[in-house]
Amino acid sequence: MPVLILGATSRIAQAIAAEYAAAGETLYLAARDADEAERIAADLRVRHSATATAAAFDARDFDSHPALIAAAAEAMGGIDIAIVAFGETGEQKESESDFRKALSVIEVNYTGAVSVCEALAAHMAAHATENRSGVIAGISTVAGDRGRPSNYFYGSAKGGFSLYLQGLRGRMRRHGVHVMTAKLGFVDTPMTYGLKTRIPIASPEAAARAITRGIRRRKDTLYYPRFWRFVMFAIKAIPERLFKRLSV
Amino acid sequence: MSTTVTQQLEGWGRYPRISAECVRAGSRRDLQDAIASRDGKPMLARGMGRAYGDAALLSSGITLLTERLDRILGFDADTGWLRCEAGVSIAEIVRIFLPRGFFPPVVPGTRFVSVGGALASDIHGKNHHVAGTWSSHVRNVELLKSTGEIVVCDADHESELFRATAGGQGLTGIILSMEIRLIRVESPAVEMESIRVRNLEEFFEASDAASDWPYSVGWINGLAKGNSLGRGIFMAGRHAPAGTRVKKGPLALIPRRFLSGRLLQSNLLLNGLTARMFNAAYYRKQLRRNIRRNVGVYPYFFPLDAVHRWNLMYGNRGFFQYQYVVPPDPEHRALRQTLSEISNSRTLPVLGVIKEFGPEQHGGLSFPTPGVTVALDFPNQGDRSLSLFSRLDDIVADAGGRVYLTKDARLGRDAFRRMYPDWERWKVVRDAADPDGVFQSDLSRRLGLTDAVD
Repeated sequence: MPVLILGATSRIAQAIAAEYAAAGETLYLAARDADEAERIAADLRVRHSATATAAAFDARDFDSHPALIAAAAEAMGGIDIAIVAFGETGEQKESESDFRKALSVIEVNYTGAVSVCEALAAHMAAHATENRSGVIAGISTVAGDRGRPSNYFYGSAKGGFSLYLQGLRGRMRRHGVHVMTAKLGFVDTPMTYGLKTRIPIASPEAAARAITRGIRRRKDTLYYPRFWRFVMFAIKAIPERLFKRLSV
Repeated sequence: MSTTVTQQLEGWGRYPRISAECVRAGSRRDLQDAIASRDGKPMLARGMGRAYGDAALLSSGITLLTERLDRILGFDADTGWLRCEAGVSIAEIVRIFLPRGFFPPVVPGTRFVSVGGALASDIHGKNHHVAGTWSSHVRNVELLKSTGEIVVCDADHESELFRATAGGQGLTGIILSMEIRLIRVESPAVEMESIRVRNLEEFFEASDAASDWPYSVGWINGLAKGNSLGRGIFMAGRHAPAGTRVKKGPLALIPRRFLSGRLLQSNLLLNGLTARMFNAAYYRKQLRRNIRRNVGVYPYFFPLDAVHRWNLMYGNRGFFQYQYVVPPDPEHRALRQTLSEISNSRTLPVLGVIKEFGPEQHGGLSFPTPGVTVALDFPNQGDRSLSLFSRLDDIVADAGGRVYLTKDARLGRDAFRRMYPDWERWKVVRDAADPDGVFQSDLSRRLGLTDAVD
């Protein structure tokens, strides 16, 4: 099963790639830092004797996306699983004072993600056969479930992406293509590095195992760590009148 | 943009303990970004934190954590050449390559060290007398300089920088990757011969007789005195031929989670009584004078790794390891003098190791030099420990020996300069590579290795 990972240099993406490489799958690693992606591909080739190719990819260069998908499919003989793993948290305060910063966050996390998903959807719909179905897995965040002052540019872009994936899921169903949304809570990545909290922080490797398991089981929406489903259920239930006064 | 986080850091000896501003790098680009935005602050790369003292500590400055620079970049199964990033650990190399019939050319007493740290310390192992240090098996190293530029150093290109980086305590630049040649082994087993030795004479007899074994090391009882000075167990080893079966040791029967120093974390655990009991039991565990058996690589090379975080057993005050080498001497005067000084000192040498080194090759700060090395762990007893060490420093320096910087937390500048006469030559190369003195550590400040050039 050929696997395409977009945003392959994140620690979670690396761990997902390692899961698939260990299972003997072929990989295509696309990332903004193509040299880094190549080092990751080299690692998979040595550790797992995997077939892994690296390529440059810019989430904000929308026009380049169909060609990238075509190149990945060409290199691997098709795409069975595509994981949209890239993202940019940005700095909330900077985004508030400089709209170009906010725009970058929106373009990477929403517009760019939607652009590659559209290219993937077109490709997978055109190439779906009886024995080849395809999965698109988008990595989103629990921060997209409710807007908060501390990260609402990132949260709203990811939340929009989650809604987009929901719609795409229904659309792709008749093509036999499955769409999964992975909503991640705290995972030990640069985003949470140094975070002082009593809430458990999952390892990227554990998150990767949960995501690949979710893909295997054709989950629609995956929360990981799983307790976040209940946390977000409770947070979404707080009346706005009260929520806006909370400093969360 | 690099996020810095203030963390409490300590070496393996848990002394000193500092608050450090840290950046965790996920890629070499993160390191370059951190250098570009360092805002005049000094920097230091830190791997797995297994240096005992302050070699991987930087009190005011930015500590670059390299644990996530852990990619293997290439491997040639015909020749054994492995190219990997600095944060790859020896544990990972053994885990991945032992099943393929390869083993690191040099391993220290723990497998939880990064290859970057292994080069920066120019580590030695039980095979030093035949294989030399880690850097003797490294063909090139990729170094990130304080200018943000990446240079590849080897024996021909930037050869002085290459040599100064080996044992250079991370002060020449940030080690990004290296090529190291793994050795072929036929099986994951080790043939081991252990001989009970009653004193130093018997140790040297056993060590001489085992000169054709690639691995040799002795456990030494630092509390033994007089005619028993140097009492211990000498252990020689070699990689076993294909198909060798091993017997599991008793520790293998205990579930992992019960083998943790955390469970025994106490300032009272190691006292005069327990130190004596431990040393006596270790000696008497071997009933016959001479035993030959086959063991796995883990119990042979990394016996202490079986107990997770064993350093916590020394409690909150931490411990010192005093590791030194003294040049060969038929009468072993300096060796006897140091061992007597230790056993008469009312300190508590808990665990000791002794080994004969082979030839020296280094760029100024590498530790091994021909002679005998002894390493002993002492619970931190404050002045009592420190005054013993300064008496030992005098004996060692007078004899033309030295202490191991990677294990050190307290050596003075004068003693250091007597022990490492090549330090100035090393510093010239270092200063040329990093003229602004960006790379520093608490150790380099203590020893005057990165002072401003006058």
